[in-house]
Parts: sequence; C-alpha cells; structure tokens
Amino acid sequence: MALRITLKDHFRETEIFLARAVFAGIVAIVLFGAVVSRLVYLQMVKHDHYTTLSQANRIHLIPVPPNRGLILDREGVVLAQNFPTFQIHITPERVTNLKDTLERLANVIDVQDVDIARFRKQLKRSRAYQTVPLRFRLSDEEVARFALDRHLFPGVELVAPLTRHYPQGELTSHIVGYVGRIDDQEQAALVDESNYEGTTHIGKTGIEKQYEDVLHGFVGNQEAETNAQGRMIRVLKSNAPTPGVHLHLSLSANLQKIAMDALGDRNGAVVALDPKTGGVLTLVSKPGFDPNLFVNGIDADDYKALVTSPDQPLYNRAVNGQYPPGSTIKPFYGLAALEYNMPEATGQTPCRGAFSLPGDTHRYRDWKKEGHGMVDLDRAITESCDVFFYDLANSMGIDRMSTFLGYFGFGTRTGLDIPNEFGGLLPSQAWKRAARKEKWYAGETVVIGIGQGYLLVTPTQMASFTGVLAAHGQRMVPRLVQSLENPNTSEVQQIEPHRLSDLPIKNPLNYNKIIEAMTHVVSGARGTAKGISKDLAYTMGGKTGTAQVFQIKQDEKYKESEVDEKLRDHAWFIAFAPAEDPKIAVCVLVENGGHGGSAAAPIARKLFDAYLTVQGQPAS
Amino acid sequence: MNIGEFTRFGSDAGRQDKVSLAVRLHMDVPLLVGLCTLATVSLIILYSSSGQSLDTIFRQLLRIGLAFGIMFVLAQIAPHHLKRWSVWLYLFGLVLLVAVEIIGDIGKGAQRWLELGPIRFQPSEIMKLAVPMMLAWYFSEQPLPPRFWRLIFAALLIAIPVGLIAKQPDLGTAVLVAIGGFLVLFFAGLSWKFMISLIPLGVGGSWVAWHFLHDYQRQRVLTFLNPETDPLGTGYHIIQSTIAIGSGGVYGKGWLNGTQSSLDFLPERSTDFIFAAYAEEFGFIGALILLAVYLFIVARCLYIASQGQDTFARLLAASLAVTFMVYVIINTGMVTGLLPVVGVPLPLVSYGGTSIVTLMAGFGILMSIQTHRKLLPT
Repeated sequence: MALRITLKDHFRETEIFLARAVFAGIVAIVLFGAVVSRLVYLQMVKHDHYTTLSQANRIHLIPVPPNRGLILDREGVVLAQNFPTFQIHITPERVTNLKDTLERLANVIDVQDVDIARFRKQLKRSRAYQTVPLRFRLSDEEVARFALDRHLFPGVELVAPLTRHYPQGELTSHIVGYVGRIDDQEQAALVDESNYEGTTHIGKTGIEKQYEDVLHGFVGNQEAETNAQGRMIRVLKSNAPTPGVHLHLSLSANLQKIAMDALGDRNGAVVALDPKTGGVLTLVSKPGFDPNLFVNGIDADDYKALVTSPDQPLYNRAVNGQYPPGSTIKPFYGLAALEYNMPEATGQTPCRGAFSLPGDTHRYRDWKKEGHGMVDLDRAITESCDVFFYDLANSMGIDRMSTFLGYFGFGTRTGLDIPNEFGGLLPSQAWKRAARKEKWYAGETVVIGIGQGYLLVTPTQMASFTGVLAAHGQRMVPRLVQSLENPNTSEVQQIEPHRLSDLPIKNPLNYNKIIEAMTHVVSGARGTAKGISKDLAYTMGGKTGTAQVFQIKQDEKYKESEVDEKLRDHAWFIAFAPAEDPKIAVCVLVENGGHGGSAAAPIARKLFDAYLTVQGQPAS
Repeated sequence: MNIGEFTRFGSDAGRQDKVSLAVRLHMDVPLLVGLCTLATVSLIILYSSSGQSLDTIFRQLLRIGLAFGIMFVLAQIAPHHLKRWSVWLYLFGLVLLVAVEIIGDIGKGAQRWLELGPIRFQPSEIMKLAVPMMLAWYFSEQPLPPRFWRLIFAALLIAIPVGLIAKQPDLGTAVLVAIGGFLVLFFAGLSWKFMISLIPLGVGGSWVAWHFLHDYQRQRVLTFLNPETDPLGTGYHIIQSTIAIGSGGVYGKGWLNGTQSSLDFLPERSTDFIFAAYAEEFGFIGALILLAVYLFIVARCLYIASQGQDTFARLLAASLAVTFMVYVIINTGMVTGLLPVVGVPLPLVSYGGTSIVTLMAGFGILMSIQTHRKLLPT
C-alpha cells in the first residue's frame, strides 16, 4: 500500500523534477556565460594580441637579394657585370612522373649523372612546391631545343637568373677576383646575416672580396602571405632592394692588355700607377685564369688543371710574388748615400770587376768581369756597377740601409685595396736575431747592396717605391678603386687619394741627382736600358735589375743558354715618366727573363707610349 | 474537471489550427527552427573552412538529410514504444561493445569502429542514447527519489558501458555517456547530500584514474594546463585556436576571410575546431548568436522535459537536453582553451558522421515526447 502511494505521488516527483530542471537551466546559463566571458576576453580584451599573432602566422618576409654593383675600369669598360644565364629548374609537385620527365629531358638537353645526383640531393631537402635547379649554364642550342619542346615538360622551367660574369676573363682575373657560393665559414663570418638572406654568392678574391660590403647592396623583401606549410599565397607588399654600388677603378683595361701582350709567352708581373694619386693603372700577373669558371662552382678537372699547372695561374705575382729586387734597388741606396753624406756619393770609387771585404778572400763579382774603372754615383746607377754598391753597402752598414729603405715602405704592405697583399722582407740585424737566431755577417750586407740576399719585394711594392722616388718623396697609398657610383642616382663619390707623410729627406735636390741618373739608364750612351730609348717622346727614368733564382758557385760563369729555363734569372725594370713631372711609374718583372734591359724594359716603353703619347707624340 | 485547464496546460493548444501540419507530422516547430538554424550555420562555415569545397557541403547536406530523416522517423514513435525498446537497445549496445573489444584485441590496437558491410559504425554512439533510455526506464518502474541499493544498481548500469568505451580507448565518449546516465540519476532526485559526498570520492577516483590513463591522454590534460610548453605538438591546437578566435574580434574577419583557417594554421577546422573558424570569421557577435541558438535549443528541450507526461519521458528528455548542453560547453570550452582537448565535435555544426545521427535521433525522441502527449486528467 505504501509502495503504491509513493508510486502515485506524482506531485512530489514533479516538484523534485521541476526544481532540478530549473537548476539545470541555471547551470546552463552559467556555463554559457562562462564561454561568453571567455570569448569577451579573447575577442575584445586580447584582440590586438591575437591579431598580431595571426599576422605573424600568415605574413612572412621573403628576401629579395640586391643586384651586385658593377666593376668598371677608368674608361668605363665593364670588368664585372651581372648577366642572365639560362638554367633548368624543376618544381616537383607539378611533375607527375619525375623519373620519366628526367629521362625525356635528357634527350633535349645534356643531363649528366652528376646533375641528377645533385638534383636528387637538393630535392630531399626542399618542399614539393619549391623549385630545384637541375642544370646551370645552358648553351644557346640547348635553350632553343628546350624552348621548342617546353609544352611537353610541365613543371620544368627555363629560368635566367643574374649570374656574375667577367667579360675580360683572364685579363683582370687577379684584380677583380671572383664571387662564389657562400660557404659555411663565410656564412658564420657575416656581420649582418639578415642582409645576405637570399644572396647566394659572395666575393671570394680580389676587388670582389675587398669591396664586398659596398658591392653587395642591401636586401629588399616581399611581405608574402603564406599558409601553415610555408607556401606563398600572394605578395602583400614589396620593399625593393638597394642595389650594390658600382666601382670605378683607376685601372685601364687597355693598358692591362698592352702589358699582358707585351709579356708574350713569359710569366711575370707588370704594375703601373700614377705617383701623384697612387691610382693603379695596370696590375698584371701572368698567367691569369678564367674567373667565370668559379662563379657557379668549378669542375674538379678544371680546378685540378689550374692548381697543378707549373705556371701557377692562381698565384698573383704582382701582390704575392716576393723576389729579391736585384739592381733596381741601387737608386734607393744612391739616395741614401746622398742623404747620409757618404764619401761615395760625391767621390769616385774604383771598380776592378770584384769586391772583397778587408781580411777576406771571398770575391764579390761585378756583372762586368773587367770592371767599370773609376765610377761616380751617376755612372754607378747608369751602368749598374755592382762593386760601387758593394763598397757603399759595406760602409753604410745594414741598419742604416734598412732604416732608409723603411722610409719608402720596404718590408710592409703598401695598403693596396686587394686582399692578402704581401709585404716583402726588409732585413736588419734585429730581424735576423729574432727570426733566425743568428748574428749578422758583413758579407750579407754586401750582397744586399746589390739587391740580392734576404731582401724581398713584390712588384706592387717596387712600383709604389719607384713612384715615391719619381715624385720627390711624396708617398701615396696605391689603390685600384677611385670612385663609387650610386646606381640609382648615378651620383659619383670620389675616393680621396690617401697620402702618407713624405720621405724624411733633408735636401730635396738629392732627388734630382738620382732621377737624372735614372734618365741616363734609358737615354745615356752606356745606360743598361738604352735599347728602348729610340724615338722617345718624353723623358724617362728607369733602372734595370736581375734577381737570381739560383746561386752560382764561386768563380763559376753564369751562362744563360746553359741554365735551365726555370732557373734563369728574373728580369726587373722600374721606370717613370715624364721625369720632370711623373705621371706614371712602373715595375716590370719577367720571370726567368734574364736581363732587365732586354726582357723587361721594352714592356715599360710600350706601356708609357700608350699612356703618355698619341701616335708617338706627347699627349696633352 | 474543467476542460479549459487542460487546453491551457497543453501550451500549443491555441496554435493547433495554424500549425496543424507540424502537429500531424509530430514536429516541434521551435525546436525544428533551432535545429535548422544550426544546420544552415554548419553549411555556411563548412564552405569556408573546407576551402570552398562544394563536395564537402554536399556530403554534409546528405548527412544532415539522413539525420533529419531519422529524427522524423523517431518522432513518429510514441514514447511508450521507445520505453519498451530501452532494455533491448541497451543489451544490444553492450553486445556490440564487447564485440568491438574482441576485434580490437585481435587487431592489437585502438578499435572503435565496427564494420557492418558498407556501414562503419561506432557502438559507443548507440550507448549515448541507450544508457539514458535504460536508466529512465529503470527509474520509471519505481518510486522516486530512488533508494540506495537501486542507485548502486543504476551506477553499475552506467559503469559497464562506460568502462568498455573508455577501454577502446575513447575517453571523450565515455565521459559523455557517463554524464548522460548520471543526469538521469540527477533528475530522478538523487539527493544533494549524496552528490556532495561523492566529491571526495571523485577526487580520489580521478587520482586513481590518472594512473590508468594512456600517455597521450595524460599529455592532453597536461597540455591543457599549460599549452605553451608544447607549441608544435598537442599545444598547437589550442594556441592556433585561441589565435583564430582572438583575432576575429567583435565583428570577425568576414566570411571566407579567416586567415587562420583558410591558410591551414587551424587544425581540425572543419570538425572539432569549427567553432574557432566560425568565431574568426563572424567574430564575437556571430559567436554570441550561435551560442544563443544553442541555449534556446537547450531551454526548449528542458521545457519539453518539464511537460513530459510520465517519468520515463521526463527523465529521458531532461537527460538528452542537458547532455546536448554538455556537448556544446565541452566543445566551445575546449576550443576557447577553457577545457582540455577531448575530441568532442560541436553538435550539428562540425563536419562528421555518427554523432550528428545520434544527436538527431535524440531530438526525434524529444519531439516524440512533446507531440504524443495526451490530454489526460491526472
């Protein structure tokens, strides 16, 4: 009965149920309210914060690399430019059957196994929508063939990105240098890594490396909308890159060519500069190489050929070749003798074909076996008398010689704007104690008196020192780049010549004596370079020299014809013109050329004629 | 007894002539309007979140049609028939769950699906309806509030299927089924004292449960507590979802302009996280309107429950109504970062198969309850 009553107690059941239903309704409102308040927080309070996050999600900056600045010579001849080269790129997601496509492509263009291997390697690291290069530097014929069949290759593109190109090739390879793909070390060394996003190449040698910061320019970007996979949907905004600055060199491609040709089939270096500004007119190191080979990675075979060649084409003789200066050092000692008031400078010194130190039997021979007789300073330079300078060196002493040569800059880099310049070697007693842990011997001074022994110079140094001498002690730092041109505004900014303190010479008239003696070398009846004086339209000062490659034994005769080509002496010639107002100073080194007067001096003459005269007449 | 009282009691009586077609078809118009609104919202936002795929829209439309069809069929069946089927449906569901468990053991992995010819089908979905039906039937046979030993038996009726579903493992559905069952107990008049005394038991139980959770389930809870610890893994969902909602602002980015969803940053943007895609494009105002529609449906269902003529109908209707609300809250709470990511779709809006059919079957039952009332004196 009780059970039945409770079962039928609908009123109580309904009461409980309705109370619970109302409670559930209230809970529902509270919970919905919680969600709504969360939405208020997210969509109103923190709206800006989440908008920023959402933008950061979808907008990515895609770098647009700048065009690299051009490199031009003094007349505007292009030495380095950006040139479109044709490449084949493949977008994997647009290719239905990659294997088949590659096979068919090989019938149209040349596709080697190495190309496919490199392609496959890069393919693994990139996303399906990113294009991957298959071939670089397509020939015109390949381009034409592919263009015809293009419709058969969906997903395969012919693209022509700008590639660095050096139209002068070998002629300016040692000056301009080359760019190459950025390697890990260079990547790590970048000062502003973000500026190189999108840039693939960087200056590796020469001007390209030295002026990398101005040549490169500043990266631009595209604000691109991207999806969660990083695929670009559309470009929202572009900021154009700032192209790199054009470099105008003081160098003349024409003179460079003349010097290169004049060297003929000999290896060597020719450096010419303007003594008043330090501007380098010619900087030849022969042989050169084709810098274009390096731009997109050099073939192993090509590289091996360059490295193993006995001619060492990658070696920049002009700035890295360190040679004994030979007799070209003599005018510098002559100036020292005048400056130090040495008796030899004003008196006469007997030359009997050899010199010996007091109490020593060793004979230091003159190049002229029978001797020059009584010689003064002028004749000693004109005829390149060795005995005079043996004697002078012995009385001056190594430290005074060394100090005086140091004024010019012997033993230190000239500061030319090319990377890794060498500074030669200026020996002294202190140097030998420190470097060799040995005492100095008097005989070493004697040998250095004619520019042999420890003393080493580079052709660039020698050209610079010759200019200093010709310009009466005015010291200019040699440099290749003379102005920068803004490619957007064509505004040209000159680089001021860098002048160092003048030589500390007490009597400026001393320069005249040496310069006069050097003009006698070229024009004098007994000058060692008189062979080049015919029809000379200007006054030219010079000095010949030979650098010994191989030491001949005491009392043994050096016979050029009997000595192996590679062991023959290097021929030197330094010169400047016009003597009264020098506009050009040059240093010529002909490796294994033998005598300076015959092998090296004619090259200087050709260069001077080209620079100073118009068809044999003095230029205005 | 005054017949006029009964006509007032049956609220729709005054409108009977105007909507006679709806009455004859056993449709509850307010509820139907609410459900159709949700279906429309679903198609609109799906078009955007699927990347304007008409194919997706078509398939969802097909599914909605099927679900509405099932709702319509169930609405025709009087509640007392449903009551008779409750026990059999419950037992049938249990058998299928055990079958899934056995197949899962053979397949050595998580198993939720059962393949019946071309139809793939989740037995746990049946339990979403079968458990509340079973309990409503059980309590309708006895005086309320229930006695203690009956509660224990009812708890067992809930625990067996929940345990089987949790073992699949499908924690989300297990929790929902448990909630559906518990709600019947709640509406049956489970005493407040008893419920409060369950709290320390629940805390202890979750501590024990923690040790039985799979690693990925624990990870979900941990990531929920601090999503930034794992920005590319499980936290990615919550981070991208809050970015989508937050960046929508008051007015939204506009239809088809949601960058988070159209650019693939928002994961599961057509299924579990569709609310984030919606809130991104339609903003706070749009989200508020959608939530209002849900609240209206819940309110309407609770009203239908309150008008129920027997215990079975009332308990079942109220349980289904609140379960529906729990769905909405769990999904929107999860998407807005209030609750852990448990993989519950937004009811009737998310793209997906079984759950929409189950839900609409539930609404069919509710309509049946509402439209099969007889004007009987007490």
